This record gives sequence, C-alpha cells and structure tokens, in this order.
Amino acid sequence: MSDPIRRSYVQVLVGESLGERVFEVDRAQLVRYAGASLDFNPIHWSDLAAQRSGLEDVVAHGMLTMALAGRLVSDWAGDPGAVREFSVRFSAVVKVPASGSTQVHVSGTVQEKLGDGRVAVGLQVLSADREVLKAARAVVVLS
Amino acid sequence: MALARSTIGKAYECGPPFDVSRQKIREFAAAIGDDSPIYQDLDLARAAGHGDLPAPPTFGSVISLEMGQGPRRDPELGLDFARVVHGEQRIDLRRPIYAGDVLTGAVSIADIRDAGENELLEILCVLSTPEGEEVCRITSVLVSRGTAEGGR
Repeated sequence: MSDPIRRSYVQVLVGESLGERVFEVDRAQLVRYAGASLDFNPIHWSDLAAQRSGLEDVVAHGMLTMALAGRLVSDWAGDPGAVREFSVRFSAVVKVPASGSTQVHVSGTVQEKLGDGRVAVGLQVLSADREVLKAARAVVVLS
Repeated sequence: MALARSTIGKAYECGPPFDVSRQKIREFAAAIGDDSPIYQDLDLARAAGHGDLPAPPTFGSVISLEMGQGPRRDPELGLDFARVVHGEQRIDLRRPIYAGDVLTGAVSIADIRDAGENELLEILCVLSTPEGEEVCRITSVLVSRGTAEGGR
C-alpha cells in the first residue's frame, strides 16, 4: 500500500514539534458531537444536568477533547489512517459557556522512533490554563 | 456500594454489528471540526492508499460506546451513573476503520480496582470484521467516585 501523503519516517527527529493548535469549542459543537458520537449525556448540553452533577457549567465530552488532540496527530502524520495507538487520561473538565466559546490548546512533540516506521508522540492539551488531558500519547506509522 | 468484583471477566451482549458508513464518517469528522478532504473525497482517500474513506482515529470509541451499554446497565455490577466520570481511554488500531466495515463487538469487564476512595472500572471492546479479523480495541476506564470498600 503506497503512502504518498504521509510524513517520511527517516526525516522525523526525536524532540521535534508537532506544532500547536487552538481549537474553539462552543455549545453548538457539543450538540453536533453528541449526535455524531451517540453520547447523549446531558451534562454536555443541559445547564441543569451539569449543575445537578456538581459541575460549574456544561462540559465538553472528554472524547471530543481527545479527538481534537488527535487532529494535531493526524495532520502532522499527513493521514488519519496513520494512527495505530492513542491513549489519554482525562484530568480536568472543559467547561463550555452558554454563549461564546472556550479554547483548547493542543501541542505535541515526537517522543520516540520505534522502528518499522512507527513514531510515538506526546501531546499537551490545555484549557483555561489547566491540563485537561494527561499522559496523552499516540503512535503513528509513517511512510 | 462497591462495584461487584464478581463481574471481572464477564462478557456482554453488544447488539448487531455496526455498519460504518461514509455518511457517518463525514458527520463525525464535521463534529470534531476536521475538514480534511480525506474524509470527503473517495478518490483522494484511494490515492492515499485507502480502500475507502478512513474514519478519524477516535471513531472506534463511537462504536464501543454504542455497543458497551451492557456493563452500564448490569444490576450485578451495580454502577451508579451519578458517581461515574470518564477516567481514561485507549484506542489500539491494527488498521484504520473504513467506510464499508461491518464490525462486530465483544465487550467485557477487564478489571475493577481501587484507587483511593474510588474504584476504576475498565471496559474492553474488541471490534472485528465478519471474518474474525480484529480491527480495533477500545479500553475505557470509568471512575466510580467514592465507592471503594472502606472508602467514604
């Protein structure tokens, strides 16, 4: 199978940056993500439900935050089909206000070249100055 | 009340296989804000070496959530939704999930363990083709707050 769009393995350097992205997340996106992901937990769209769960505001789906971090990885690799492993720990909620949006900052670095075209990358994911994902790591298979 | 450790290793019914459609992939890509043409353009996906549109890397978790309701609803396990937060997620892919895949799920409770006052519930979902080829493993760790025996 040819990989004409994927980043070249030999050219990758341990420690190199995957770049940085800032994603804006608003309530409309949470609704869209609920529908697409089949996760209809009301803490992601209902102020009352969020309050009753002890949350200060409606929060983003953890899996949406993980998917946003994943976009940095697939863009860097050049192909979403390059991803073979992706794991995260959810360490803080991402509160999404009823109007306006909240920002999720994603950056990453190459941690290790594993051989067989595989590269391990680590991600830093912050929102409102807090780390919302910890131990965020992915493995991609490059060209 | 603590989760029932007797359910460790228990397998659950997953319902029918999940038909991965091009439309669902496009919908999911839009929901995560990814406008990459590889999710839209079949010719581009094929030129990149894929048989059909690839799904975004976390898409397997959509299928595992849909299929993984068994543990959440099991009275033997005793999960209290009000106490549950998502702790960790791990996705392992042998290959991308593609439009056209029809994936069967196998869901089981991999582990239940204490973490201070909390319990961690680890649910494994394995997605395979009709021929039995494993495509994706999704491991979800849910935190059951304050239910550890001897906890609050």
